[in-house]
Amino acid sequence: MELYELTVHELQELLAGGITSSAEIVKSVLARIDAVEDQVKSFITVTREQALDKARQVDAQGSYQGLAGIPMGLKDNICTRGVKTTCASRMLADFIPPYESTVSRRLDQQGSVLVGKLNMDEFAMGSSTENSAFFATRNPWDLTKVPGGSSGGSAAAVAAGQIPFSLGSDTGGSIRQPAAYCGVVGMKPTYGRVSRWGVVAYASSLDQVGVLSKDVRDNAMIMQIIAGHDPLDSNCVDLAVPDYVAGLDGSVRGMRIAYPREYFGVGVNESVRDLVMQALKKYQELGAIVEEASLPHSEYALPAYYLLGPAEASANLACFDGVRFGCRDNTAENVVDMFSGTRDHGFGDEVKRRIMLGTFALSSGYYDAYYLNALKVRRLIANDFTKVFNDYDIIIAPTTPTTAFGLGEQRGDLLTIYMNDVLTVPVNMAGLPGISIPCGFTGGLPVGMQIIGKAFDEATVYKAAYAFEQNTDFHTIKPQLGVR
Amino acid sequence: MSPDYEIVIGLEVHAELKTQTKIFCSCSTAFGAEPNTQTCPICAGFPGALPVLNRQVVDLAIRAGLALHCEIPAMCKFDRKNYFYPDLPHGYQVSQFDFPVCKQGYLDIDIEGQKKRVGVTRAHMEEDAGKLVHQGDITTTPFSLVDLNRSGVALLEIVSEPDMRSAQEARAYLEKLRSMLLFAGVSDCKMQEGSLRCDANVSVRPFGQQEFGTRCEIKNLNSFRALERAIEYEAKRHMEALEDGTELFQETRTWDEEKQMTRSMRSKEEAHDYRYFPEPDLPPLFISREWVDEVRAALPEMPEQAQQRLMEVYGLPEYDAALLTLTPETLDFFDRCVQEYPDAKTIANWMMGEFSRLLNQTNQEIGDSHLTPDHLVQMLRLVDDGTISGKIAKTVLEDMFNSGQSPQEIIKAKGLVQISDADTLLPLIEDIVGANPKVVEDYKSGKGKAMGFFVGQIMKATKGQANPALVNELLKKVLDSIQ
Repeated sequence: MELYELTVHELQELLAGGITSSAEIVKSVLARIDAVEDQVKSFITVTREQALDKARQVDAQGSYQGLAGIPMGLKDNICTRGVKTTCASRMLADFIPPYESTVSRRLDQQGSVLVGKLNMDEFAMGSSTENSAFFATRNPWDLTKVPGGSSGGSAAAVAAGQIPFSLGSDTGGSIRQPAAYCGVVGMKPTYGRVSRWGVVAYASSLDQVGVLSKDVRDNAMIMQIIAGHDPLDSNCVDLAVPDYVAGLDGSVRGMRIAYPREYFGVGVNESVRDLVMQALKKYQELGAIVEEASLPHSEYALPAYYLLGPAEASANLACFDGVRFGCRDNTAENVVDMFSGTRDHGFGDEVKRRIMLGTFALSSGYYDAYYLNALKVRRLIANDFTKVFNDYDIIIAPTTPTTAFGLGEQRGDLLTIYMNDVLTVPVNMAGLPGISIPCGFTGGLPVGMQIIGKAFDEATVYKAAYAFEQNTDFHTIKPQLGVR
Repeated sequence: MSPDYEIVIGLEVHAELKTQTKIFCSCSTAFGAEPNTQTCPICAGFPGALPVLNRQVVDLAIRAGLALHCEIPAMCKFDRKNYFYPDLPHGYQVSQFDFPVCKQGYLDIDIEGQKKRVGVTRAHMEEDAGKLVHQGDITTTPFSLVDLNRSGVALLEIVSEPDMRSAQEARAYLEKLRSMLLFAGVSDCKMQEGSLRCDANVSVRPFGQQEFGTRCEIKNLNSFRALERAIEYEAKRHMEALEDGTELFQETRTWDEEKQMTRSMRSKEEAHDYRYFPEPDLPPLFISREWVDEVRAALPEMPEQAQQRLMEVYGLPEYDAALLTLTPETLDFFDRCVQEYPDAKTIANWMMGEFSRLLNQTNQEIGDSHLTPDHLVQMLRLVDDGTISGKIAKTVLEDMFNSGQSPQEIIKAKGLVQISDADTLLPLIEDIVGANPKVVEDYKSGKGKAMGFFVGQIMKATKGQANPALVNELLKKVLDSIQ
């Protein structure tokens, strides 16, 4: 086994036992990046020297507490002081933030070593990472397939062994969908559980940062660090964070699990459906009570999301005007032309499309029909979940209707590509925690199972995910990448 | 103005709230710093930065609301007002749209002795934008620079009902509003520095008509005078249009101070669609009744209460009490004086007379002058004990006003002590009387002017320092002793 293949908790044991050093781990990871990056293309920036320096510093301290010495990768919409943060956009191609996100600061303070910034769909808008202004990332299981998105780089890097864990962001499925496509564990916590300070906003009321990892235990451990109140994010709730790792006891006996019939219907690939049904049987075998339930407003989630998300985005992305930072159209004769020239050049098609959609949805005369109705739908969806959670502890469903699709395959086919998120979007609309874990393979590609929990009950989600993982071995199967 | 038409005016006033730090970040709000030295990722609109509401802004907004007799709803929220402008870092302004912090209040104004109540529709919190620095005029400048020091400074926008019917009423409302905000201690209200800004909505309709006429919004009103002039100009323009039958358009106009006229900025069609929607980065704000009560309990004395107190406790006439409660500084000055010196009316006379004249002459506010309440009281005591005359006191006051020296220092340095010593005055009087036998004759023949002549001569000789009462007494004695 090479160091880069190990999980975070395995690496921690080696460090604690004096068997390896942070510098060796970071070198192993960097070597892996060098070996497979040509194929996977998950990194926008690799902070090689900086990472080695920090690893040596950590090693010099002599003992390894918390995440000391463990390499990490961050989605490139998470601001890192002094390190380029591009959002995979021409607009921010050279943007170096003078401030640090809360999540990366907490990990940094725990001793984690930043190895690089990961590719994504531009401004987190997309489901394939093909909307990156720089290059597309490939699925390590099949280099002709997409890794999913928008946190495609974060998922692919973990799957390819380029990094033991990463952070992503999830607005409509952007952690869970790529986690499913790449066969890794991806958790989107409850809205308000993790600080958004320093994370470039797509849709503020939906965005949450979460963890992508090789197994559930790592995920819970990292979440423990990034979760919790932050006075810099007014929506980040001041609520105690339970000990997630301590709650991983491998048992689901008596746990009440619902599977919503709407999530197994038309459009969901048969093998995906079968694998998730098998997983539900496994839970039954393990002593859980598994029953069908209904989330009747699910079909309205996606259209409502494509009004609310873009509406917020249209304002969130208005700060990119060429005045203070980012690229600027210097050929313009006046300020209005400078604005439009900058935005025309700086933004890609999907970003422009969503800005226009959102601007339209908020326009005078359309606000009630679009934005306000979408808000009402959002409430109905949240109510659906509340009702089911009166009787059940968790909800289980496929993460995505299909496995990873081919690069270029859905380009331009917007409705098809938006359908990728049909099973993940409702969870964001309701602000609930959701994890995707591997539950099998079909056609050589991983299939993800989504476990949805009650608000701020990540602990039960992790507990259920861990029990499944302990009783299956899907998470141990790794993609075979040809090494240069 | 034609008697056939009625002018309808509503005002939108932006008051900068007096906080140490900005509304959503901890940058300083101090005025006049070097450009862009009071900025951070939040108020400069950098990606990933998030707003956190400054509690003091809410405190001051509630306080202003209570001063304006507003209701403070249990819930209010923030919204984004979207438009592009180089001085607006986020591309939207965080404001309050449909749930403001204060609603349904009023202000009583005084119009030629008549009380009139003007409704306050609402008051809401919002952030200020930065400012652009041009080389000369905005239309010809080769480039503009952006200063974001002001970006994110807390504002309270106070919207009145269209209850005013003349430029004079609008001015009275703005003056009263300013006074209320000053007394409540929520804003400095300096129109020149822009901490108080006013837009006017003006329309004109024939008397008796129920519907409002076509409304124009006038911006760039930087003084009370500009407000009055602009309304008068605009009302006249509307009346002429109504007379001529030409069409008026709803539009935004700007006051051109130089040309003393309004001109069109943008028409209704060109008006921004601000696409307001709830600010997703800030949760709704719930204001408990305890919070409101706390602010109410700490609310300073308002001008009406103060005026009442001055009349009841000190027996001042209504006119005096009104003048002494125009600004908190004036009232404070009076209160400090009256604590040390019992004759309130005398204090009032000096403040409204000589002191006020000097302030007007030098274009100063009461807080800017060197004169302290302590010095004024000392001066009044010196008049009372005969050290100086009332006439000399005026000179002393002007010196105190200009130099900040105590009255004793001034009197000593200038030798202004009143001569109340008969042994000093008597020989002087005898000399003057002796040198003017003709006037003595006049006196003897009963001509009243003669007495005045002698007093004048004596005062001249003593540079006004002779005790007038004593001079009269001694002079009479001397004259009467001449056979």
